[in-house]
Parts: sequence; C-alpha cells; structure tokens
Amino acid sequence: MNIKALDTGKQFLLLFTFLVFILGSCVTDKGKEAKNADSSGLSKDFNANADDDLTEKINTAKRIFYSLPSPLETAMLIKNAGAVYDGDLLNKVENTSKYNTNLKMALNLGIYTTDLSYASLFDQTQATLSYINAAKKMADGLEILDAIDQATITRLEENINNRDVIIDIISETLLNSSSFLEDKGLQGTSAIILVGGWVEGLHIATSLVTPGTDLQKNKLVERIVDQKLSLNIVVSLLENNKDNAEAQVLLKDVAELKAIYDKITIEQSEITPVEDPNTNVTMLKSVSTIKMTQAVFDELTRKVKELRTRYIS
Amino acid sequence: MKRSLFVSILFVVFALVPFSAIGQCKQFAKNTCKVGLSPYQHDGNYHAAILLEGEEAELYKTFYSDTQYRIGICGANNLGEVEFSIVDGNGKELYNNKFHGYEWKWDFKLESSQQLKIIVKVPVTKGMADDPKEGCVAIMFGFKDK
Repeated sequence: MNIKALDTGKQFLLLFTFLVFILGSCVTDKGKEAKNADSSGLSKDFNANADDDLTEKINTAKRIFYSLPSPLETAMLIKNAGAVYDGDLLNKVENTSKYNTNLKMALNLGIYTTDLSYASLFDQTQATLSYINAAKKMADGLEILDAIDQATITRLEENINNRDVIIDIISETLLNSSSFLEDKGLQGTSAIILVGGWVEGLHIATSLVTPGTDLQKNKLVERIVDQKLSLNIVVSLLENNKDNAEAQVLLKDVAELKAIYDKITIEQSEITPVEDPNTNVTMLKSVSTIKMTQAVFDELTRKVKELRTRYIS
Repeated sequence: MKRSLFVSILFVVFALVPFSAIGQCKQFAKNTCKVGLSPYQHDGNYHAAILLEGEEAELYKTFYSDTQYRIGICGANNLGEVEFSIVDGNGKELYNNKFHGYEWKWDFKLESSQQLKIIVKVPVTKGMADDPKEGCVAIMFGFKDK
C-alpha cells in the first residue's frame, strides 16, 4: 500500500485503527495479566496446549492464591495470645519522611498498617490516628489512590471511640489497597506490603515474650512458631513475582528466616472435623506438638530484629 | 468512513472489557461477599478473579488455633452454584459444600493451627462447553475477635 497515495482522511483513519489495535492488544494483555495473577500472589497454570479446544483448556486451568495473615489478623492473633500494648515497639511515624523508594514505602505500608491494627485493637486512639496518617503517606507515595482518602480519616476520627467501626475502616482500607494493586497488575508491591506487615507482626510478638518464659507454655511463642506454617506461602508470594526485583530482594531475607524455622519441629496429628449441630460451627480436632530450644528462639528473635531494623531504616 | 470509525470504536470497547470486568469483580467482592461475612470481621485480604465455567482455583492459608473463622466463597449469579472444599496438608478433605446444599460459607475453628487448601470449582453448564460463561469468584475470610 502506498501511504502517500492516501488522502488525509484515510491516513487519519489508518493511523487511528493502528492505534486502536495497539491499545487493544496492550489492554488485553494487561487484563490477561491481571486475570492470570489476580489477588495476592495469584498465579495461573495452564497445562493445556494452546491448540487444544476450549473445553480442554478450561478443564485444566487452575488459579492459585497464597494468603498471608493480613495486618488486622496478625494484630488480632497477638492480642488474643494475651499480649499487652507497647507503643515503643512500633515504627515511629516521624520515620515516614525517610522512605523514598517503592520498596521502603511498600514494606512500611505493611509495617504501619500492622502498627495501626495493633494500636486500634488495644483502643489506643491517638496512636490509631497517627498510624493511619503514616499509612496514608506510604499509600500516597505508592500512588494507591483510593486506599486511604481524607474521608476515611475523617470517618475514623468521628468514630475514634468505636472499636468495631475502626476495625471495619482498617479492613476496608486493606481491601482497597490490595484490590487497587491487583487491578493495576502490581501483585509484587502487594506481596511486599504483606511481607512488611508479617515481619512487623513477628517483631511485635517476639519483642513481647518475657525473657525466661517457658517456651512450651507461652501462647505468644506458639503464635510465633505457627508462622513456620506460612513460610512456604511467603516464599511462593515472592517467587510468583519474578518480574519485581524488589520482591526478589526479600526472598533472601525470608530464606534466612526459613533456615531458623527449619530447626523448629511441629508434629501434627490427623485432623478430625466435628460439627456442632447447634451452632453449625465445625471444630477441626487435632493435636500439635512443638519442639524448639531456647537457643533457636533467641536466634529467631535476633534475625527478626535485624530484618525489621533494616526495613524501617 | 463512518463504517470504519464504527468498527474502530467497537475495537476500543472490546479492548476495555477486561478492565471493566476486573473492576466489577472488586465491587462484587466488597458489596456482596464481604457484607455476608458479618458478624465475622473481614480480615482485609482480597482474593478474587474472573473464572470461566469449568475453571478451578486453589488458595493456601494458615488458620490459627483458638480462632473462629468464616470462609466465604461467592460466585457471580451467572455462574451457577460454585463448589468448594477444604483439604488439609495430607490431602484429606475436611469439608465440601456439595454435601451441604452448596452453602456459600463455612464456619469453623481449630484445636491446632493448620495450613489448609481451599479448592474452588466453577460448574460447567450442560451444552455450553463451546461458549463458557465467565464471572467473578471471590474467596474471603472473616474471624471473630475474642
């Protein structure tokens, strides 16, 4: 085709159609990416050959999600383990100005959100307000537009003495952040936020264990040991975001944690589900035995402190 | 000229459909599934995707002892009754909603912390294998604060 031979109108139409095709293919690819890697670390494994028929394709498609405890669940676990509130353990809100890279902002969005959840569950109203503002600064820095807006903060201020509403606001904020990042195909950032919050939970929990406590009878210690069960989830979350160099940096840190957790043994009996016909709640009955030495616990505490210190620096 | 422009606009509309569907999925998860978790507190995590009929999803999560949970699996109305099962680390099935009238939620607590797998299956409508429907499926968790 001789382009020069076309009149201006046809040239415009050709250019427009070409741009539409380019735009269309970009958006569709991004849509596929979002579909294939939706939610926190979701990956999709198509085993079907591209030439197979549609039925065979959909029968072999499998989407895989990995779910870490959210900052809210982490704070709830710490509180329900009988922990006390210690504001000195939390990342100072003045540190927000130090975080200028996406990695630091994502890690500290997770850290501040865990601090926010911890403070709110212990009815620390001033700290709750401070930490939602700190989290907002991190979210704004990451351009997570609809995570924490001014209306959210105003609503929180108006309900500062109503814990249920505050927790609901935090839950909504977390959902907005993660769904926004998924929509934008930024699962790597989402994974880093979760890991930041997870490490902060470990930091708070390990710091609250009284020295000399009987490790076998301490509920908080049990929660810390339970995180061994989530290590493969953390690894999968980060490995699924191979295109995110910052997420890959954290894999080395997690590997170091895993090396220590590998020294802890958790023996579990078979699970038997028993449903309560009155409440319709099923109890998953099983017995778990933990074997961990004081030296390993101390090593774990030191490693968590080292990682967390680096993340907030 | 007008016909070409019309065709071009159609291309744009079709190209933007995936974004639109994903946005709807987010709203579906928030407005339908999260609300249904009450009186359990939603944990804040977002797990939702657009699935085709016949497609499966798996989710791995650690659940903690002495905590009461609600798992909610919500499928868009056009997908029919979504099946889900809960499997332990040894592959033992602990719950399957197909034996409970395809109930969308399951409440449970644990004597010891466990990593469990949730398997979600979207049913295939008979005779529709060549033209499968797609819709949003959300997997959400709630817990009860002591």
